[in-house]
Amino acid sequence: MAILGAINPMLTVGLDGDRAWRLADYLTRGGYRALRRVLEGKMPQGEVINEVKKSVLRGRGGAGFPTGLKWSFMPRSFPGDKYVVCNSDEGEPGTFKDRDILRFNPHSVIEGMIIAGYAMGAGRGYNYIHGEIWEIYERFEEALDEARAAGFLGTNILGSGFDFDLFAHHGYGAYICGEETALLESIEGKKGQPRFKPPFPASFGLYGKPTTINNTETFASIPYIINLGGEAYLEAGKPNNGGTKLFSVSGHVNRPGNYEIPLGTPFATLLEMAGGMRGGRKLKGCIPGGSSAPVVPAAMMMDCTMDYDSISKAGSMLGSGAVIVMDETTCMVKALERLSYFYYEESCGQCTPCREGTNWLYKVVHRIENGKGRPDDLDLLASVTTNIMGRTICALGDAASMPVQSFIKHFRDEFAYHIENRKCLVPVDVQRAGSGFFTATV
Amino acid sequence: MLTPESLKRIDREIAKYPPDQKQSAVMAALAIAQEERGWLSNEAIEFVAGYLGMAPIAAYEVATFYGMYDLKPVGKYKVSVCTNLPCMLTGGVDAGEYLKKKLGIGYNETTPDGLITLKESECMGACGDAPVMIVNNRRMCSWMNPEEIDKLLAELK
Amino acid sequence: MEIEIDGKKADVPEGSTIMDAAQQLGAYIPHFCYHKKLSIAANCRMCLVQVEKAPKPLPACATPVTNGMKVFTHSPLAVKAQQGVMEFLLINHPLDCPICDQGGECQLQDLAVGYGGSASRFAEDKRVVFHKDVGPLISMQEMARCIHCTRCVRFGQEIAGVMELGMANRNVHSEITSFVGRSVDSELSGNMIDLCPVGALTSKPFRYSARSWELSRRRSISPHDSVGANLTVQIKNNVVKRVLPRENEEVNECWISDKDRFSYEALNSPARLANPMVRVDGALREVEWTVALDYVAHALRDIVADSGPDSLAFLGSPHSTLEELHLLQKLARGLGSGNIDFRPRRRDFSADGKLAGIPWLGLRFAEIQELDAALVVGSFLRKDHPLFAQRLRQLARKSGKVSLVSVTRDDPLINLHAQLAVAPADLPRALAAIVKAAAALSGGRAPAGLENVEPCAASEAIARSLLEGERRAIFLGNAVEQHPQAAEIHALASSLARLTSARYGFIGEAANSVGGYLAKALPTALNGYEMFAQPRRAYVLLGIEPELDCHDPQLARAALAQAALVVALTPFADGAQTEYADVLLPVAPFTETSGTFVNAEGRPQSFAGVVAPFGNARPGWKVLRVLGNLLALSGFDQTSSEQVRDELVPPGSLFVGGLDNGLKGGEVAVSVRRATAEGSLQRVADVPIHFADPLVRRAPALQMTRDAALPTARMSARTLGSIGVTDGVQVRVRQGSGEALLTARLDDTVPDGCVRVAAAHSSTAALGEMFGAINVERA
Ligand SMILES: Cc1cc2nc3c(=O)[nH]c(=O)nc-3n(C[C@H](O)[C@H](O)[C@H](O)COP(=O)(O)O)c2cc1C
Ligand code: SF4
Ligand code: FES
Repeated sequence: MAILGAINPMLTVGLDGDRAWRLADYLTRGGYRALRRVLEGKMPQGEVINEVKKSVLRGRGGAGFPTGLKWSFMPRSFPGDKYVVCNSDEGEPGTFKDRDILRFNPHSVIEGMIIAGYAMGAGRGYNYIHGEIWEIYERFEEALDEARAAGFLGTNILGSGFDFDLFAHHGYGAYICGEETALLESIEGKKGQPRFKPPFPASFGLYGKPTTINNTETFASIPYIINLGGEAYLEAGKPNNGGTKLFSVSGHVNRPGNYEIPLGTPFATLLEMAGGMRGGRKLKGCIPGGSSAPVVPAAMMMDCTMDYDSISKAGSMLGSGAVIVMDETTCMVKALERLSYFYYEESCGQCTPCREGTNWLYKVVHRIENGKGRPDDLDLLASVTTNIMGRTICALGDAASMPVQSFIKHFRDEFAYHIENRKCLVPVDVQRAGSGFFTATV
Repeated sequence: MLTPESLKRIDREIAKYPPDQKQSAVMAALAIAQEERGWLSNEAIEFVAGYLGMAPIAAYEVATFYGMYDLKPVGKYKVSVCTNLPCMLTGGVDAGEYLKKKLGIGYNETTPDGLITLKESECMGACGDAPVMIVNNRRMCSWMNPEEIDKLLAELK
Repeated sequence: MEIEIDGKKADVPEGSTIMDAAQQLGAYIPHFCYHKKLSIAANCRMCLVQVEKAPKPLPACATPVTNGMKVFTHSPLAVKAQQGVMEFLLINHPLDCPICDQGGECQLQDLAVGYGGSASRFAEDKRVVFHKDVGPLISMQEMARCIHCTRCVRFGQEIAGVMELGMANRNVHSEITSFVGRSVDSELSGNMIDLCPVGALTSKPFRYSARSWELSRRRSISPHDSVGANLTVQIKNNVVKRVLPRENEEVNECWISDKDRFSYEALNSPARLANPMVRVDGALREVEWTVALDYVAHALRDIVADSGPDSLAFLGSPHSTLEELHLLQKLARGLGSGNIDFRPRRRDFSADGKLAGIPWLGLRFAEIQELDAALVVGSFLRKDHPLFAQRLRQLARKSGKVSLVSVTRDDPLINLHAQLAVAPADLPRALAAIVKAAAALSGGRAPAGLENVEPCAASEAIARSLLEGERRAIFLGNAVEQHPQAAEIHALASSLARLTSARYGFIGEAANSVGGYLAKALPTALNGYEMFAQPRRAYVLLGIEPELDCHDPQLARAALAQAALVVALTPFADGAQTEYADVLLPVAPFTETSGTFVNAEGRPQSFAGVVAPFGNARPGWKVLRVLGNLLALSGFDQTSSEQVRDELVPPGSLFVGGLDNGLKGGEVAVSVRRATAEGSLQRVADVPIHFADPLVRRAPALQMTRDAALPTARMSARTLGSIGVTDGVQVRVRQGSGEALLTARLDDTVPDGCVRVAAAHSSTAALGEMFGAINVERA
């Protein structure tokens, strides 16, 4: 069990035991009550969307876009098929919450998607699941079978006349498929290359049909919003930041794992829940929203509360809620090198600034890390990032650039030291100690 | 080319999509073909393309785009080690080094007995369990310290 | 929608992009991946411009115009973005402009001058990309030059209809490739060379043979198929070095077929005939023009005196120019012979006396895109008419219903509404079924003679598609014109057109299929088939090789062998003509003469010679005029090809007059009988694209393509089984007195009871009729 703690939880209530993911268990936790309420109560579609709007649920996939608003973009009277797609491609380094939601509470996602399908008049859904979490994919298929057998999926659901079916599609190792239009291309059986927008998925989505894409956690929150009411859900968080959210805490903490806390909870509280800093070392910096979010130095981070607005004020992004904690043993050059390698490797390759720029960024950071940096390399990196940012088809270009900019901005001395002295400011054995891997054998 | 069981699995995947969108099943079909044959030969890719009525090059694009497909033969077990930042902070890189030393091979190499291929991999979406590795794209192994790695290797022998 | 670009205002329709608007205003926005005929990829990012109120620069190619939008293409923000992209494009691009074939016509090179920085800030090793071999036409030797614009990939998917190239891998390792060593076989493949903005895809035959700035450019018209593609022919030192499309939206758009593009190699073939030759003591000897022409004039006069003018036969080619065909028929008629034709592959001439006018396409090419439904009958569509097929492909992409009734189930790479493939002998019956279905659906009257015809589901679907929507058309392909019941099929098509109010017409076999009618190179006595079936004493052949270009080469060869005189006007000194001809007169191919082709839509397109004739070759029209003079015939006083043309086409006409597909005297009765005896096998003869005329046959690169593969005997599994043969076995194929040894091939696109054996190839030249009975047995 990697959901290790919570404050006023919703999504993660009662998820103990091996069978929590089963339909029977979900039903005893009040599962599919929201769906019944919507379908049997003949809730008008607009009212469902309104409830979601009132909750001020912001998309949990990274961009934080208000979900209710997104749903209202779907054309109402479109004559053909419409789709609802769940983004479980979670591949952003640091993020591992959707895996646990699907592992322990898959029916909440299924229920959320059915409700979404109903609200937007879509008859079919797909859940795109990260390829590396194969057991979760198989489990989700089983959960779908359960839901189908129980009449929650298929034709004439709960006698309402509403038809909806849902299928799982697995990824196979491409981070970019988390980008929503790349994900659609991938479902269509192509390379996962993002599409230019506009048109947006709401008008031209899967197979060219109107489509709404939300993150796993976003869909999982829907039943709770319907059950509690939008306003109550909003109040669980803070204004403009409705509800609770799962945070994936990783790196140098004693208890890495997922924590569900109301938006607006102080970072210090979260850090404490995660067992505090490993070995009692000092916090050096934190990436608060997944690897694409700018790094925030310790002092600033300790002042933050965990919500979209506060983190944004600190110059970063809440993103997917992946909190990567780095202590004083971390070499920031090496950390950035690894991240830059990731974006270089994962660039889809179609648009020029990203394809060429991510490669260039990595090569320069790599040479700094390897003692071959040049005096003007930091300026070069800054210039290359500005040539990437805002000029690519999708946000991966920005995602690759922001770590570079923020690491250099906040830890410039460390980079300069590296270039000048051709070695780390943090001694290598100190770095080693940080990993904790060999402490067992050393 | 593929066994009837594999074809049945592929058919099940095809059925998930609208009838005129068979190509949607290509990722699953390639994964099934790889599972059966160990890796994706050009013939296997072409077979899958033909089965789904798509151009071979279109299937090849897919096979070369996604990281979990193997277009060259791999050992009986492919062990992919995540070394991305969160894992790196908690021993991912060291775990990889440990494996390299134990097996006497580097990344993208296979042990002389053809048993194990070692791969470095990107984020697996399980950073809380770091260090993590995946065996044959299917089995995720969490919290892989030296003892756990030794145990795993003993099991794979 | 109103938009302002760099201060200039324009009104554009809704849905336009900034790029569209800029083109309307004549403002240039740099770009690589954008191409007006391809879908929008927006991947190169070169076209980034500043849009008022937008925080980031936006790609002009993909950004829709909104009302009142203000765009700046040269503002500091825009230029900085463009420069940034250019730097990225160049960091991994080799600096090999001095040796690159694209040098001087490279969009990257051109733009780098304006947008590139001076010194490279990229200090790493450049990307290495392995070369690929994709066949004889396209070179992918220097793929490190590729800038990943994916134009070539989109071209395959969208225009050629077949994805042969793709972009494999991801990130900076992305590379354009075919599927593991596969060749690119589309008949339109060469267009990718034009589309490639850099020197990654280049012309294999042209490679290293000239630098672009050394070439002079001349306009010309393709002499091959009935589209009449507009060409730019590039010349160095009086030699044609390269052929490129010349854009003409109404005709070929910006495309040409590989045949149009690469056939020029034949012009520089070592087989070119440099001097007139006359057979002396059994051997062909070079002689002076005056000697040769005197010889021919005398010989013709003697034979007329001896055996009468009816013993002369004149056969032109549908690839000959309007001027040549006009003078050829004048010559024939001047000598008193009505044995003149220009349709050597035709078998059934019974419509000849009944034609209301000149058979033609029935509409303009540009109208195809507006059709709601189209039916094509009897065509090997892709290979007979690559660009026409391309237009239908686009029609089907935008939801027009395209159906096919053909003699094999070849894949036209068109998203078809319905397809019927029948044995040639059943082609009239299949069309008759659609006529019946249309009559039943529309409540109209089916012509008499169709009482026993039963529509099937497919014929009903086709009939229905032809009754729906506003604009419909029926097109008759080469296999109809070559069919033994061509007139019946013509009549059925006209009935179907009447019942459905569709337009109908002939796609036309060759560059001048309409022109030949206009020139009246038509028989008043023996036609192109009869003149061999009833052997004559003398033959004058213009631009044709009867053993390859005739409906029944067996008959033709026999007739030529017995003739007292065979005069061949030809650019070439090789082939069977060296055996049967008594006189070879070197006439200029299309690049060395002026002339006119009238394309399928009736558009006369005149062209001038682009190089001086090879050796002592002379323009065909001049040779014929001098012959007329020597024979003291009247009407041979023209001093230019224009004068010849003006006798037929009033100067300045956009289209020729007299186009009419109707049949006089109402509908022709149709019998819908079988042409071959039940039980025997039937031949299906296609004319492979790269064998179709004397020029392509001699173009080396084209001859190395898959389309130029050796003919085989292709049969369905059932047919193979019926004669006890399996795939790969050698078979003896017989028609009449001739036979060929071929490899049997399993091909389920061939209807049962049929054997597909290509015509127009020396290995099958001993055989007989294109759609006649044929015998196949294990060799
Ligand atoms: C490069 C890139 C990777 C992304 N990866 C993910 C992901 O793994 N999971 C996810 O839910 N959203 C991801 N997103 C965001 C999605 O594009 C999209 O905004 C999201 O799925 C919408 O759902 P939401 O509104 O519920 O957040 C990614 C975006 C980019 C640009
Ligand atoms: S930004 Fe990168 S990942 Fe996104 S479309 Fe461009 S090349 Fe692909
Ligand atoms: S031309 Fe617009 S992005 Fe390439």
